Amino acid sequence: MSLLLAAEGAAEGARAATGGDFPYLTVAIILPALVGVAVALVPRRREEVIKALGVLGTVTTAALTVIIAVQFDRHEAGYQMVSRHPWIKSFGISWNLGVDGISLWLVVLTGLLFPIALLGPKVHKDLKAYTAWLLLLEASMIGAFVSLDLFLFFVFFEVVLVPMYFLIGGWGYANRTYAALKFFVYTLVGSAFLLVGIIVLANLHATRTGGPLTFDVVELAKTPGIAGSQLLFLAFMVAFAVKVPVFPLHTWLPDAHTEAPTAGSIILAGVMLKLGTYGILRFAIFLFPQAAKELAWVWLTLAVIGMVYGAVVATMQKDLKRLVAYSSVAHLGFIVLGAFAFTRQGLQGSVVQMINHGISTPALFLLVGWLYERRHTRQISELKGIWKVAPVMGGVFLLVAFSSIGLPGLNGFVGEFLVLIGAYPTAKWWVVVGTTAVILAALYLLWAFQRVFQGEPDEANRTVPDLTMRERAVIAPLLVLIVLLGVYPKPMLDRIEPSVAALVEHVQANGGDTRKEPAILAGPHQAEGHTP
Amino acid sequence: MSGRLLVAQATTFDLPNVEYSRFLPILILIGGALGILVLASLIGGRVAEGWWTALSVATAGAAIAASCWLWNDIQRDGPGTAVSDALRIDGFSVWFSLVICSAVLLFSLMADGYVQRERLGGPEIHVLALLSASGGLLMAFANDLLVLFLGLEILSIALYVMAGFHRRRDESGEAAMKYFVLGAFSSAIFLYGVALTYGATGSTRLDQVNRLLTSLRFAGGDRNLALAGMALMIVGLGFKVAAVPFHTWTPDVYQGSPSPVTGFMAAAAKAAGFAGLIRVLIFGLQPLREDWRPAIWALAVLTLVVGSVLAIVQIDVKRMLAYSSINHAGYVLVGLHANNIDGVAGSQYYLLTYAFTVLGSFAVVSVVARQGDSSTSIEDYRGLYFRKPLLAVAFTLLLAAQAGVPLTTGFLAKFSVIRAATTEGDYSLGIIAMLVTAVAAFFYLRLIVTMYATPEGVDAEHPDSAGSIAVLTQARTGLKVMPATAAVIAVSVAMTVGAGLWAGPLLDFAKRATIFFPS
Repeated sequence: MSLLLAAEGAAEGARAATGGDFPYLTVAIILPALVGVAVALVPRRREEVIKALGVLGTVTTAALTVIIAVQFDRHEAGYQMVSRHPWIKSFGISWNLGVDGISLWLVVLTGLLFPIALLGPKVHKDLKAYTAWLLLLEASMIGAFVSLDLFLFFVFFEVVLVPMYFLIGGWGYANRTYAALKFFVYTLVGSAFLLVGIIVLANLHATRTGGPLTFDVVELAKTPGIAGSQLLFLAFMVAFAVKVPVFPLHTWLPDAHTEAPTAGSIILAGVMLKLGTYGILRFAIFLFPQAAKELAWVWLTLAVIGMVYGAVVATMQKDLKRLVAYSSVAHLGFIVLGAFAFTRQGLQGSVVQMINHGISTPALFLLVGWLYERRHTRQISELKGIWKVAPVMGGVFLLVAFSSIGLPGLNGFVGEFLVLIGAYPTAKWWVVVGTTAVILAALYLLWAFQRVFQGEPDEANRTVPDLTMRERAVIAPLLVLIVLLGVYPKPMLDRIEPSVAALVEHVQANGGDTRKEPAILAGPHQAEGHTP
Repeated sequence: MSGRLLVAQATTFDLPNVEYSRFLPILILIGGALGILVLASLIGGRVAEGWWTALSVATAGAAIAASCWLWNDIQRDGPGTAVSDALRIDGFSVWFSLVICSAVLLFSLMADGYVQRERLGGPEIHVLALLSASGGLLMAFANDLLVLFLGLEILSIALYVMAGFHRRRDESGEAAMKYFVLGAFSSAIFLYGVALTYGATGSTRLDQVNRLLTSLRFAGGDRNLALAGMALMIVGLGFKVAAVPFHTWTPDVYQGSPSPVTGFMAAAAKAAGFAGLIRVLIFGLQPLREDWRPAIWALAVLTLVVGSVLAIVQIDVKRMLAYSSINHAGYVLVGLHANNIDGVAGSQYYLLTYAFTVLGSFAVVSVVARQGDSSTSIEDYRGLYFRKPLLAVAFTLLLAAQAGVPLTTGFLAKFSVIRAATTEGDYSLGIIAMLVTAVAAFFYLRLIVTMYATPEGVDAEHPDSAGSIAVLTQARTGLKVMPATAAVIAVSVAMTVGAGLWAGPLLDFAKRATIFFPS
């Protein structure tokens, strides 16, 4: 947050200079994409140029996202920094961007994680393609988080898969091809329903309002009788549930995480999974509040199953990276639980938990990656007594593990606490069961810590070097945030609050809508007939 | 006395008024083909091969220009008919004229390098392509079932020869033979369908067939006759567009034919077949839509599913692309099934963008196939990125477009037809089509991954080491990208990505060029 304060002055100047309508969001998408293309044009041998461009691109984008956070008006619930230009006029598709309290911190988190992902792990081959893919991934991630046009969102939602597919498939571990393909095809199956849902929704909007075809999410939400459409809601939810992933659609995640290179895991866990939970909040719940309320029990149940199941399975893992992957399944259950509680605190906790998970889990993956670089194994049984030889690494791991467990005073606590408190009034029994996941989290993470870091190092582990200065510098921002957001989350909460309150209000106002959606599948099946 | 009678008879005989300017693109293609033949017989052997390519490209370019000019005419005067209503001049014909002429232009450029490498010299391949394209155009312009059949035959006969063009390869001859036998069979079926339709309605003109089917109250035999005619015509054209279950020739013929010819088949012959199918079903047999829509639904689902599932198990890239082209036909059928402006516009857009994508893809295939045109297994693509990075990147983009990745035309094409289907309330078809996309992604990705996999003997971490360089140099021999072929790949990629980003104009154009354009 000190970073925020420091940037405030600079941003103030920028605001004055540009008249306040500088297209921050567009630039935040285009900049990494352009740098990515530039990297692709540099000859492969000029690694220092590639590296410099990569750092420059990601750090500038990170600074830009921080400026966006500073410019953000904390009293405003609606979309800010909106930029809107028609793209494909005949379909009513526009380049329509904006941030609000729900997406703001995800954008900042994306900006923050990419330099870390780029600088943290060692790259063993083809630095050029690796850097280019990472930059393109960043552009499409930011694009997905700020799109207010459903078509545009879908485009980014899909494009994200391509660089990630190549990162896993090209730089991953032994079983990478299988994992990458599974990841890609799983998500694509989910998006199949999403795209059809989007088209149906846009068509319904056009016919029911008599207006032109549009994919603007705010406009679409005004479609009469749409709030209770369970089929459309489910079509959206399937795509997002695969991405989150919600139990039982999670099976791609452990494979993808385990086989992905460290940078891939950082981005995957840090921001990409949030595309699912973000999509639930931004689109599924916002567009179909009544259906969401009616079907909330399904998703609450699945979320709680995921929380407990993920935690139990994580306990059993022999592979440290797989353990962290399963812990993600458990932690994202919290986010879904909070989202379907429909209370102010629950939703706020949900958004906060997205950010906190996006800080602590990437840090864990980073540490596991560094351990692997040193020992070439991730098997918990082969690691022992690392603390003795690498105390800094041990300390950092412990801090991050505590954050992930949700120890009060660290960031993880804030989100989980808000979710549980907020969900209790509306989803009492689910909360009661879900709370066990908090205890299990302590079990699997501390037990893993104990086995890996404690005790006397054996022969193989005696020579593990401690974190280098570069590694310490890379992980430091995450550690600072873990402590800062745990002690003083107010600047973050302040900016989230109004948008969440507006969403809750929207759900209350439209959720009890008794006008039933006429079952869409029973609509006129045959065309009215065309006579040429 | 008798002489006077003759004169009187002669004056009453109604000579059709031939408005040559209204179907100029067809005439240019035929004229160009015949011109090249004449020139070749006069000065053949004394001029460089490149001249034939240049002439062919110039002809195709002139036909494209003529099509644009025709489009302006139609904008000004509205659509109409020509040659005693045998031809229909509307946005739809111009659109397909553009598709097929672009295909022939790119094909000629691609064939240039191919005939030089395979030492197949001579102008014949260009002449055949131009003639075949003129047949395709005739199908798109047809307002009469017999003209449609005429176009189908001109298109096909030239293609049979092109399939067998690589004289020294047995596979090429086999492909030609198979294509010929099955193609002749399907032509006969189509002609039989035309005959039955004529029997039922008393006309072969599509507008009259339409009117008669609407006005007459069909009962008993007549109706059954018309339905039988419809079914046979769907089968005959279904063969041309390779819709399942009439697709069995496709893998063999695509694999055996010279790679550029395969690209031409997938781009132009498919487009022409669909132009005919749309003319017949959406225009001529519109009154029977309750009968043909379920049939097309079934064809579309079968084509989508079978094409994509069978593509997964292929280990030969040309066979894989053959099944993928079957899969693409399924999407076009989805648009056709929607039976509305959006659907037809979507199908048209699909065929145009697919023409560029698939021609570019086969340009890459023909380069990688090397001399003899036989290195087409997926393993031959292993490590292509390390040998020819640009080629691999271009192929990646073209395959991604075929897989329907956003920001390419492939995505917009799929989006257009699926949107049209859902507009008609066909959610199931939309969802099936999208799920098939996920299946299809599987085999495109497998090929893409293979291109980026490190070739054997190359150290991934040190591609610059002496050993690796030796292996790569060895692997690079024979991989020669001719300038003309490079141009084809560049144009296809530019079109696929460019129109994917700057998407508005082409989509609008497709919508304005539908068959429903004010008539």
